[in-house]
Parts: sequence; C-alpha cells; structure tokens
Amino acid sequence: MDHPAIEVNSLSAHYGDRLILDNVTLTVDYGEIHVIMGGSGSGKSTLLRHLLALNRPTSGYIKLLGRDINSISEIELDELRREMGVAFQGGALFGSMTVGENIQLPLKEHTRLNESTMRIMSRMKLEVMNLAGFEDLMPSELSGGMIKRAALARAVVMDPKLLFLDEPSAGLDPVVAAELDQLILRLREAMNITIVVVTHELESAFTIADHITVLDSGRILITGAVDEVRNSSNQRVQDLLMRRVSMAVVDGDAYLQRLTG
Amino acid sequence: MKRFCEQLGRRTVVSLEELGYVASLCLESVLWLFLGPRRRQPVQTSAVFREAMEIGVMAIPIVSMLCFAVGVMLAIQGIETLKVFGAESKVVIGIALSVTREFSPLIVAILVAGRSGSAIAARIGTMHESQEIDALRVIGINPIRYLSTPLLLAALISVPSLTVLGDLAGLFGGALFTSLKLNVPVTVFFQRCLDILSVDDIGQGLIKSIIFSLIIVLIGVSNGFQVRGGAEGVGRATTRSVVLSITFIILADLIFTFFMNR
Repeated sequence: MDHPAIEVNSLSAHYGDRLILDNVTLTVDYGEIHVIMGGSGSGKSTLLRHLLALNRPTSGYIKLLGRDINSISEIELDELRREMGVAFQGGALFGSMTVGENIQLPLKEHTRLNESTMRIMSRMKLEVMNLAGFEDLMPSELSGGMIKRAALARAVVMDPKLLFLDEPSAGLDPVVAAELDQLILRLREAMNITIVVVTHELESAFTIADHITVLDSGRILITGAVDEVRNSSNQRVQDLLMRRVSMAVVDGDAYLQRLTG
Repeated sequence: MKRFCEQLGRRTVVSLEELGYVASLCLESVLWLFLGPRRRQPVQTSAVFREAMEIGVMAIPIVSMLCFAVGVMLAIQGIETLKVFGAESKVVIGIALSVTREFSPLIVAILVAGRSGSAIAARIGTMHESQEIDALRVIGINPIRYLSTPLLLAALISVPSLTVLGDLAGLFGGALFTSLKLNVPVTVFFQRCLDILSVDDIGQGLIKSIIFSLIIVLIGVSNGFQVRGGAEGVGRATTRSVVLSITFIILADLIFTFFMNR
C-alpha cells in the first residue's frame, strides 16, 4: 500500500480557548501496534477522540486508511467506521442489552447475516476473549476485566482493519492486565490488525508496542520504536519512564496572580 | 441593572440556542426516517414497537384510571354547578366536550411526560455519560436515527391512541356517575355523547396530542443528549425535562385552545 494506515499531520485542537493538541504529527503503518502514552492531561484521550472523528480539529488533518476523516462525507465516514473497532476505557457496553446482543449489534446494523450466523460469529469472538458462556449475562453482572474483554470482542466482531483501545489495562489487577496484553498481541497475530493503544501503563506499553508516541501537554515529546523511546536522552521522557515528578520552576508573581486573580 | 440586562441577554441567547437545537433534532429525526434506507441505516420497526410498548401499552392502566377519575370529577362538579340553573341534564354536553377536547389529551400528555419523558432523558443521559453514545457513533450508528427517531414515531402512535382511550375512560367515568346521580342509563349517556360530539371535537384532542408527543420526546431527548456532570447531571436533566415538558404542554394547549375556539 502506498499510504500508511493512519496519518496525523500538524493536528491542533482546542477546548474553548485552551490548546489541547499542538501540532501533532505521527504515522502508523499497517499491522503495527502503536502506543500513545502520556500522563493525565497530556492530550492523549483528546487525540484518540480526534482519531475516531468524534471531535473536529482546529487545524491539520487525519487520514485513516488513506481517507481524510474530516473532509469525507458522512456516508463515507460511516463506511470507514465499519473498518474500525473501538474499545472504550469503561467498555461502553450497552447496559440494556446482554453481552451477546452487544457484540452482535455491529453485525445486526451493518450486515444482512441471519440470526444464527451472527450468534456463531459473536460466540467465536467471545471464545477468543475467554468469555465463552457469558453471552446471556448483562454487562452489570461482569467484572472489570470481563467488561474490557467483552468490549474488545465487540470491537473486533466486524474484523476491522483498525483497532483503537482506550486504556485497556487501566483499573485491572496486574495478572488480568498482563492477560489482556497477551490477548492484544494474539489478536494482531491472528487478524493482522493495525492497533492504536492509548495508555499510561508503562509496563503494558513496553510489552505490546512496536512504536510509542509520548505526549506531554499536547505536544509530541518523542515518537519512535520501543528502544528509541526507552533510551531517549530527553529529560521529560526519562522523568515519565522513571516516574519522577517534574519539578516546574515556580514563578512567584504568576503564582500570586493566580491566587488573588 | 447592567448585570440584570447582561444576564437576561445571556439567558435569551442560551434559550434560543436550545430552541435551535431542538428544531434541528426534530428535523434530523424526521429526515432519518426517509434517508435511513438509502444510507443503509433504516429505522428499525422492532425499535419503534419496543418504545411504543413502553410509552403506550404500559401506560394503559394508569391512563384509564386517571381519565376515569377525571370523568367522574367532571360529572360531580358539572351536576353541582348546573343544579343552580336547574339544568343538570345538560351535564352530558359539558363532560363530552371537555373530556374529548381538553382533559383527556392533557392528562395523557402530562402522564406520558412524567412516565416516559423523564425515562428518555435519564436513559440517553446515562448513555452519554458512560460513552455509549460515542460507542454508537464509532460503530457507525447515528444516535439520532437509533435513539430519537424510534421514540418520536412511537410517541406519535402511542399518545394519540392513549388519548382515544382516555376519551372513552373519561366519558365512561362521567356516564357512571351520571347514571347513579340522575338515573340516566350509561347507554343513553353515550348515545347523547354521539349526538353532541362532532369529528372536530375528537380531532381537536388528537391534533393536540400529536403536538404534545413531539414536545415530550424532543425535550426528553435533547435534555438527555446535553447531560454534563455525571449522575447529578442525569438527575438534573431528568427533572428539567419533566418540568419543561409539562410547562410547554400547558402553554401549547392554551395557545391551541385559544385559536381553535375563536
């Protein structure tokens, strides 16, 4: 293919007057697992929302599978979305449907398969996610790790080309988180999907990533292969990797102004 | 004074903005009905029936009960008032006209606003807060087509149907009390009702109920989509949608009644 799976060019985004993303540029190749890392408030969730075409950028463009998501028509965007899978941080499973119905929803909406084929397909995905036999439960009856896996099953049920995962291992115990990492690696191997993972979990990032992008205050600190990031000489990157607190120099006048302002 | 004007201006802008939002929501919900099949996102009949069950069928017992009670009350008050002129037997006119033109559509609408308007706002608000709306979008399902259009269709079928039921229950309540008090048999009461009522009287009530269903669904859905601030926000949106729905129902009723009876 002559274009990368994902291409983000000079992307800037604001919430009101506040600049959240500042000139972000990155590319993700086909079949790659790309991890976007950063602390809270670094803009990584906002970047994900832009990649999913849920928000519109102030400037710059995003191309998914070679198509500019902000200039294509709604119909084309819907078609593109059929080739994308997303697992949100909290799962975002529909509370009024069973796990099985949740996973079948994309199939029901976008395909003309018959009921039993859809059931078999959703069961296959549940098998892969080690959730066999849970299809009749409601999302509220599942544990945190199971919800994440069910959300992952729904995200891959249409066999997408692009998979976006928002904090897949956040809030899980280390063993379950490690299992989920293995699951992500297996998925890529089995389906050759391009995967973008947004996370702040260092261990998980280093286990699954081919390339890592580190965001800080809306700017890209570094983007590169895992070793490049690990051996970076950038102080801020090392602070993040070593979990050191950044010591910002306090401007006395500005501080006073903020307090009394 | 300056601050008052500033606030007034700001509120006006916010209200206008919301009005615009509701109007576009209405338009988009209707458009999806026609555009859906062409864009491979048809409005699903099963979803419409599911919502109609919830808004309409489940409300049948309470609507019948309340409208029956209102019919009885109208008969009591009517007979008492008309006794002054010695014209108790004319009570049928009062009951027939006020139930079909006014009380049945109004009681049904207020009830549906309380039962379903609040539920709509709460459900969509909770979905918004738990990213389920985002999930719909990224799956390629338009949330308005999936959530709003079926609700609108269901309400447009259910509320007028409930109003017809309310008409019957109200008249039956009135008939029952009149038969006990004035010895007018129920069948005679209904016969007189048929003589008095014209299609216009029932039609007036039905047109009102169509407008009320639009008000209930659009206010519920728009408040749900605009929820911010977690569980507290959902609670606020729910209360707001019920209060706003009932307010607009009564205002619309007032305007409508004024122009229809000139």
